[in-house]
Amino acid sequence: METEITLHINGAERRLAIDTRMTLLDALRERLGLTGSKKGCDHGQCGACTVLIEGRRANACLALAVAHAGDAIVTIEGLGSAGELHPLQRAFVAFDGLQCGYCTPGQICSAAGMIEEAEAGWPSVVSEDLELPQYDLCDDEIRERMSGNLCRCAAYANIVPAIASVARRPARVSA
Amino acid sequence: MNPFRYERANDAAGAVAAHGAAAAAAYLGGGTNLVDLMKLRVARPETLVDVARLAHDRIDVLPSGGVRIGAAVKNSVLAADRTIRSQYPMLSGALLSGASGQLRNLATTGGNLLQRTRCTYFADVSKPCNKRDPGSGCPARTGYHRTLGIFGISESCIATHPSDMAVALAALDAIVRVRGASGEREIPLGDFYRLPGTEPQYDTVLEPADLIVAVDLPPNGFARSSLYRKARDRASYAFALVSVAAALEIEDGRVREVRLALGGVAPKPWRATAAEAALRGKPATEASFLEAAEAELAHARPLPDNAFKIALARNMIVRALCDLAEAA
Repeated sequence: METEITLHINGAERRLAIDTRMTLLDALRERLGLTGSKKGCDHGQCGACTVLIEGRRANACLALAVAHAGDAIVTIEGLGSAGELHPLQRAFVAFDGLQCGYCTPGQICSAAGMIEEAEAGWPSVVSEDLELPQYDLCDDEIRERMSGNLCRCAAYANIVPAIASVARRPARVSA
Repeated sequence: MNPFRYERANDAAGAVAAHGAAAAAAYLGGGTNLVDLMKLRVARPETLVDVARLAHDRIDVLPSGGVRIGAAVKNSVLAADRTIRSQYPMLSGALLSGASGQLRNLATTGGNLLQRTRCTYFADVSKPCNKRDPGSGCPARTGYHRTLGIFGISESCIATHPSDMAVALAALDAIVRVRGASGEREIPLGDFYRLPGTEPQYDTVLEPADLIVAVDLPPNGFARSSLYRKARDRASYAFALVSVAAALEIEDGRVREVRLALGGVAPKPWRATAAEAALRGKPATEASFLEAAEAELAHARPLPDNAFKIALARNMIVRALCDLAEAA
């Protein structure tokens, strides 16, 4: 059934008439030309569609667009641009954190959200102490916290150090 | 996906009224399970009543010392809550061992309780399934069942409940607060889920328009010394083959209080009451823990490909209790 919604994408308001069945991912890709977010499994299992909703990483393939009208949404296109790459984008280039690149936008959006979570003091299931004020992102923490992003090329060996280079940088300026 | 009408509720009463007035309505929380099931045409609601933005998004310490968790609180927020982490570590641990960071940011407390089984036949509309299509049959008994149940199953259904969170809530004697057409009521978590019997289509005792508004954790003296352990086919981001939520209170070398619940083994979070009864008052030793685990597992009814869960559950129970006893 048709409905009109306003989405807040990368700081801009976008008014759309959509079918209620349309996912946020399809709205981004098919209606707004934002094809950075990728459709991998379309069932929340691969993480290629990861975007930030109200600052938190989420699977756009399982989010109905109509249910996220009014939410502030940031996609890979909003994190950085060709002229001014996000630190995570620079790190993925520097560390060769990809092969085919299809999962990369989701990996980078997920990593951006994940780093904020650790800084906010959110533990993970591999954290030995659940009550620390903040969590340092050792390789095991990065692997666990990024387990919702699959890479079929298995570029993990370079993805982990790419993320670590940003997560462990002192006095990081948040994007 | 079926066409559906979308309605955003302003408050609980409005949500219940909107649900009650519509045919084939469903409440929408984070949508991480429901939207997926709609894509698969397993769920075909004609109206979605969105309750993710209701004001049930707080975690409050109650005057009794217990905690009230709003139904719309996200799984990630609940796992990271300072009170939950320090007073109910098994609940944080259970939440953090489930799904992925992205999914936990969408999924709600109420929705987590109501997620459906991940039995492969349930999710595949080309196959019979008594839970999805009552009376159509169950191919799992003679088919793929290594992930399915060993307790509480029936001839008609051997599916397991997939939630990790609910296993911890079962061990903690949580109370589910529900708003229905005739007002609010409380359902102890132990009474909330039903076993399949001959009607596996009903996972819970909820009536169609019932809305979960909160989950209460009663105060207790043991949950601080608790943990959640999960065995799965890969190191992260997979459902439990077996999981254990355990709490232990020891006095003068003997078990004063113990809570044990198992996940991945039954159509509901499986409170190991036989093991608990066998342990109270006993010496807090590995031998007692093993005896208690075996008392529970004597009731298991495994199938050929999931019999490994008995040894796995036994070892996980013993190890969890030994670790809690050592830390005490």
